Amino acid sequence: MDLSSITPALLLASLMVAATPILLAGIGELVVERAGVLNLGVEGMMITGAIFGFAATIETGSPLVGFAAAAAGGALLSLLFALLTQIALANQVASGLALTLFGLGLSSLLGQDYVGLKPTPTPSFNIPLLSDIPFLGHVLFSHDLMVYFGLGLVAAVWALLKYSRAGLILRAVGENHDAAHALGYKVVRIRILAIMFGGACAGLGGSYISLIRVPQWTEGMTSGAGWIALALVVFASWKPGRVLLGAWLFGGVTVLQLNLQAAGLAIPVEYLSMSPYLITILVLVIMSADKSRAPASLGRIFHASG
Amino acid sequence: MTGTLLSIRGLTKAYPGVVANDSVSFDIGAGEIHALLGENGAGKSTLVKMIYGLVKPDSGAMQMRGAAFAPPEPRAARAAGVAMVFQHFSLFDALDVSENIALGMEDPPPLRDLAARIRTVSEEYGLPLDPYRTVGGLSAGERQRVEIIRCLLQDPKLLIMDEPTSVLTPQEVGILFETLNKLRDEGTSILYISHKLEEIRTLCDTATILRLGKNVGTCDPRETTARQMAEMMVGSELQTPKGAGGTPGAVMLDVSGLSLPAPTKFGTALKNVHLRLHAGEVLGIGGVAGNGQDELLAALSGEIRASRDAIRLKGQDIGHLGPTARRQRGLLAAPEERLGHAAAPDMSLTENALLTGAVREGLTTNGFLRWGKARDFAETIIKTFDVRTPGPDNAARSLSGGNLQKFVIGREVLQRPEVLVVNQPTWGVDASAAAAIRQALLDLAGNGTAVLVISQDLDELMEVADHFAALNEGRLSDTRHTGDLTIEEIGLMMGGAHDGMEVAHVQA
Repeated sequence: MDLSSITPALLLASLMVAATPILLAGIGELVVERAGVLNLGVEGMMITGAIFGFAATIETGSPLVGFAAAAAGGALLSLLFALLTQIALANQVASGLALTLFGLGLSSLLGQDYVGLKPTPTPSFNIPLLSDIPFLGHVLFSHDLMVYFGLGLVAAVWALLKYSRAGLILRAVGENHDAAHALGYKVVRIRILAIMFGGACAGLGGSYISLIRVPQWTEGMTSGAGWIALALVVFASWKPGRVLLGAWLFGGVTVLQLNLQAAGLAIPVEYLSMSPYLITILVLVIMSADKSRAPASLGRIFHASG
Repeated sequence: MTGTLLSIRGLTKAYPGVVANDSVSFDIGAGEIHALLGENGAGKSTLVKMIYGLVKPDSGAMQMRGAAFAPPEPRAARAAGVAMVFQHFSLFDALDVSENIALGMEDPPPLRDLAARIRTVSEEYGLPLDPYRTVGGLSAGERQRVEIIRCLLQDPKLLIMDEPTSVLTPQEVGILFETLNKLRDEGTSILYISHKLEEIRTLCDTATILRLGKNVGTCDPRETTARQMAEMMVGSELQTPKGAGGTPGAVMLDVSGLSLPAPTKFGTALKNVHLRLHAGEVLGIGGVAGNGQDELLAALSGEIRASRDAIRLKGQDIGHLGPTARRQRGLLAAPEERLGHAAAPDMSLTENALLTGAVREGLTTNGFLRWGKARDFAETIIKTFDVRTPGPDNAARSLSGGNLQKFVIGREVLQRPEVLVVNQPTWGVDASAAAAIRQALLDLAGNGTAVLVISQDLDELMEVADHFAALNEGRLSDTRHTGDLTIEEIGLMMGGAHDGMEVAHVQA
């Protein structure tokens, strides 16, 4: 075993990359759940985003167009969920599960012609001067744009929920939809928008896997990242800062266990592979033991009366 | 009074199968307190929702100060100067007071400025309130203040209040009335919806009475007796419940030193509760909601177990027994929440009759259900208590509040209880159904059953109870004879013998 092959700077830098897909999907789902909707279709929306983004990048040669297409694809699929649950008043748990199955099926159908192709690489974005700082520059300031976009999005969602009127209304809708309706807020419209935002974020997260992390297309390549994002939101007690923390933790352990595998640690590979899931959930469970609770209207069907 | 503020002409709104409002017309004068009276289902809330822009009328028109007024949504109504305090508060538990108030305003200032304004306005109107407290932890009276201040910050011309006093102590009612009178003197009109006729007589200038969606008359409540108004509401003569006036017998239920921790985060701990209930006696327990009523009922029914000797039924220790064992021994209970606690909403009336009647009515054999007998039992309840429903196969959810309440009370009464505990037996029930339920409780006591009535409606307790005690913060006051009590004394008992509104703060 040779642990000296693991360099901290490289480890931390790849942690940021490994965390980005679930960070994007998680922050989107957080907004959806704060609006009182439980969308279990994150996995389906991620994989749909992955193939939309991959296909668009192959066809146009531009990763930027790819990411836009991924967001649109995720949002489009989530619109189906929105129609089912907000207009047809279908059960959210069943609709969300169906969305995941549908997304997985749809993506493998769309992806048949793209197996084995290589997408245009996304340029890395070295921030001038900052990226020249030893160690820190490599860890923090020499990533692709999506990493920074993800971090910016977490900060924006946090500020929006805490300080803006739109955020207050969103929280109010998630907390007590009947009261929000009585005050004249458009519960269904707000929720549909939140669901679409969540879909777009999940799509982006999925395409980050197919365009940057793995850069290729294989069926079911998100391999449960959507479910981790869902768990992340719950165990992060619906707080954006903790979603970030949880995503980093998950990304960190993932990268570390890969490195340990490569270094030939004498622990069976299976244990190492399951460790990111176990450790992330364990830490978040311990953290969520405080008094914060779910939005009170989470998962309840809103039926406007009179 | 200077002229008309809002004039309503021929408003009609029909829902499938029912006409909620049938060409209702009346005027609300500027600077008057106008009462809107009616039984459940008379169409009061539909009418109010039309004024507030939540529901669009099928036909008819409204005029505000002579200009046409047809708000398409609450926002427009608020812009025109209409504000509303809801019956079931439209508040968000997880948000704080200032956030809740900001949500009800069109163009709220930044939260810090708003907090300052909340403090100013709340002190000006004698309704102290801390803008940074989380609403989930406030008492019912304080929650109502949040709603009222939310309205006042928008300088309303018309303030609509839907059953505002149903959750308040007498002292809190006094403070509310002072606030409302002050508002009237400043020229604000108030549309005041209530069942409580005596309140309307002391507060209101004009009363409009609705029955089955129609305006059946306008009167001056100061010159009309409560009985006359009640009869206009019901459309027939009202029966006043009469007690049999029997002498109390042996001690049936003896609770001594009952203490229980709060079952939930927002629950109340019971602290050293003592009471004695005799055969043929009706004991009324008053108190503001959230002072341990639900917990007391749960402890007596057996939903929460207590220590073995804290509760004794006919001399036997039953504190450790569950609800079924207690039912077998003759202690029956009907909780407050009709849908979800007293009855399973999506199950039929027959199934609901089975759920509590199985033991005492013999509706099961060897674990198998006897559907025929259960159905007969449900039909007996429906017939005896005049429950208006097409039949026992209907889901509990489909019944109106008053009818379902008659069903859940009747279900216990017909099981020949030796001790019956009920919580809020006539909550949200109209006058005639309430009278029928109260009469049934009195008849039961007349036949020797010991009855414990927990209620927030003091008039009800004064009407049915021989003895009165009050719950405050989980402590039960001494038991007093109802005949000797004044409203002031009751208020003090309910406030834990501190004075007035500050009680909640002092003990919080």
